[in-house]
Amino acid sequence: MRSLQPEIQYATLSQQGETAQLGMWVFIATETLFFGALIFTYFIYRDAYPKEFAEAGKDAVLWCGSVNVGLLLTSSLTMVLAIDAAADGRRRHLKNWLLATAGLGIAFVCVKGVEWCLDLAHHDVPSINFIMKPAEAPAGELFWVFYFIATPLHALHLLIGLGLILYMLWRVRRGDLTPAYYAPLEVVGLYWSFVDTVWIFLYPCIYLVGRS
Amino acid sequence: MATITAGLPTSYVTSENTISSWLLTKDHKRIALLFFASITFFFFIGGIAATLIRMHLATPEGLLQPDIYNRMFTMHGIVMVWFFLIPSIPTTLGNFIIPLAIGAHDLAFPRINLASWYVFNLSGLVLLYALIMGGIDTGWTFYTPYSTLFANGYVIAATLAVFINGFSSIMTGLNFVVTIHRLRAPGMTWMRLPLFVWGIYSVSLVMLLATPVLAMTVLLVAMERFMGVGIFDPARGGDPLLFQHMFWFYSHPAVYIMILPAMGVVSELITCYVRRPIFGYTGMTYALMSIAIISFFVWGHHMFTAGISIYSAVVFSLMTFFVAVPSAIKVFNWTASLHKGSITFDAPMLYALGFVLLFTIGGLTGLIVATVALDVHLQDTYFVIAHFHYIMVGGTVSAFFGGLHYWWPKITGRLYPEMWARMAALLTFVGFNLTFFPQFILGYLGMPRRYYAYPPEWQAWNVLSSAGASILAVAYILPLGYLGWSLLRGERAAPNPWRATGLEWQTSSPPPKHNFERTPVVTAGPYLYDPEDGGFIAQNGAVNA
Repeated sequence: MRSLQPEIQYATLSQQGETAQLGMWVFIATETLFFGALIFTYFIYRDAYPKEFAEAGKDAVLWCGSVNVGLLLTSSLTMVLAIDAAADGRRRHLKNWLLATAGLGIAFVCVKGVEWCLDLAHHDVPSINFIMKPAEAPAGELFWVFYFIATPLHALHLLIGLGLILYMLWRVRRGDLTPAYYAPLEVVGLYWSFVDTVWIFLYPCIYLVGRS
Repeated sequence: MATITAGLPTSYVTSENTISSWLLTKDHKRIALLFFASITFFFFIGGIAATLIRMHLATPEGLLQPDIYNRMFTMHGIVMVWFFLIPSIPTTLGNFIIPLAIGAHDLAFPRINLASWYVFNLSGLVLLYALIMGGIDTGWTFYTPYSTLFANGYVIAATLAVFINGFSSIMTGLNFVVTIHRLRAPGMTWMRLPLFVWGIYSVSLVMLLATPVLAMTVLLVAMERFMGVGIFDPARGGDPLLFQHMFWFYSHPAVYIMILPAMGVVSELITCYVRRPIFGYTGMTYALMSIAIISFFVWGHHMFTAGISIYSAVVFSLMTFFVAVPSAIKVFNWTASLHKGSITFDAPMLYALGFVLLFTIGGLTGLIVATVALDVHLQDTYFVIAHFHYIMVGGTVSAFFGGLHYWWPKITGRLYPEMWARMAALLTFVGFNLTFFPQFILGYLGMPRRYYAYPPEWQAWNVLSSAGASILAVAYILPLGYLGWSLLRGERAAPNPWRATGLEWQTSSPPPKHNFERTPVVTAGPYLYDPEDGGFIAQNGAVNA
């Protein structure tokens, strides 16, 4: 175990840890506005073209989206368990829960990849092979434009989260996450839960509304 | 302004001398200087474009090809808004002074602070690429569907530059919010914060909440152009007005991103050179925060003639009138602070008084264009151009120069030559008014913005405006000369040459690497000046020291 000193601008390690968490909360606020603006455009167009959007949305692969909800929600649980293990100083558990979180994240990306292939097969990818069905005209393409901006952006955030988890695993190995100071892990946990939450909002927009 | 070689042996400037100690520094003071270098560069790039515009408009038939003229005003707008005005005060004076003023040893996240500078420069390189390859002609607003379907230029590169630039803004804003929340020295309560800190705090909130929306907006424009889809194309179901709503949801608050830190700077300058406490400190803090909040609910006043409903136009007009209330409170309080003060007209004070006058004109004309019926006549004319230049240039740039002179001894350890500085301040004021006041008249007469030619009867006003611009150019180049000279030959500055109350003056000039030998303890509010004998009590309780 290494004993960490706070950086020069902090009086104590706990001040440093709390500050890092506040930083992540503020960052999440900006991310909320970022995704919020995108979801806002979606609602504007959904409101303008309810039938066309419902028609276009029927092609969205429901099982992929639903499985991914399960994967991500579970990964948030394993992340919290990892933090809990860090607080108790159970290093082996900490490592395993982090690996489980990363595994669930990778599974999400794989399912997403399969889904994108299916979308391609359904001729639903704007500017590559999109074919507008008569019932969708003229705005059905906008649904898929939203889909292909929102889901890759979300996946990119998830990949960044995976990178952060790998970094945390490296820090666990180095031994600098101790019960006295594990704020970096809590910060990554906040980020991971945020990425999870974005999916909770995208899921009904893409897969559920107008489906019945 | 990038290379500073002089200073005391223990200062942040001389503590290490390698190039990597500058390029990899985590010291907020050095990062502030790096930002100074970058934004000064872009200020002159944007200035060159402005010079060409004013040279062109000196005659009715003009100098440039119409297409080149379009590219010039676009580049002027993009460079000045995102690469000079928005970062100007926060990344330089804010970066340098905020930790000192709250008694901290650095910002909360020094690495993010450094990353902000690199990201800023990366976005600048992308923009320069767009500029060198031929520029763009959309105007700085990237209005769709012109920008997505018709514009013949490097729209994707320019929007990408703005997108990347946003990360820099967010990193800087995040650092300030967290630092001001968590790293204040013992005793530095919220109601003891200097108003400059409040200004930076309120502007950081606006940066954090507005910039992501702009990022998404320009991302959608770039995607539409790149993928050939119809997000804002009416023929394919899209709505060009939606773009305007999203763009102005950022870009109106962006005006307040420029002015709020300037208001903070001016409050510091006026109190120090009047030797009086600020009039209505609490009101000033509430005014800053209400401007920041209301700024999010006025964007529609840019769209009165764009086809929004009359009911929403009326609501946006009303909200815009509301924002005038806290702005007026600030102007009245600055003015009241002068009353029975012991005023000296040093250069920073001249800049500050210039700010108050020009901001007042800019603000009052803002009410004129916020009135729906009048705006139908004035929309897209030079009246609007003059109005926002009074706020952004007359206001923000004056405050930036005022603050730069005021904190110059702290930053460099040298005093600037007072007579030259006063002359630059006066030239700024005269040149600015000569440049932009005729534009109010031209706009009222109906001269539209962005047109490359105009009828000959408007030439006299345009010549006056161009003549003013040349004076303004001299006023902006002068400081480069005498401030540069003072780096080498200027008189050494004492720790507190202006006898000011802020904590930043309670450390050596220039400050040591980690700002304070010991964390200061704050026992007094800001601005405890005595107009009778010019004495003061610093925020750490030191009397007249």
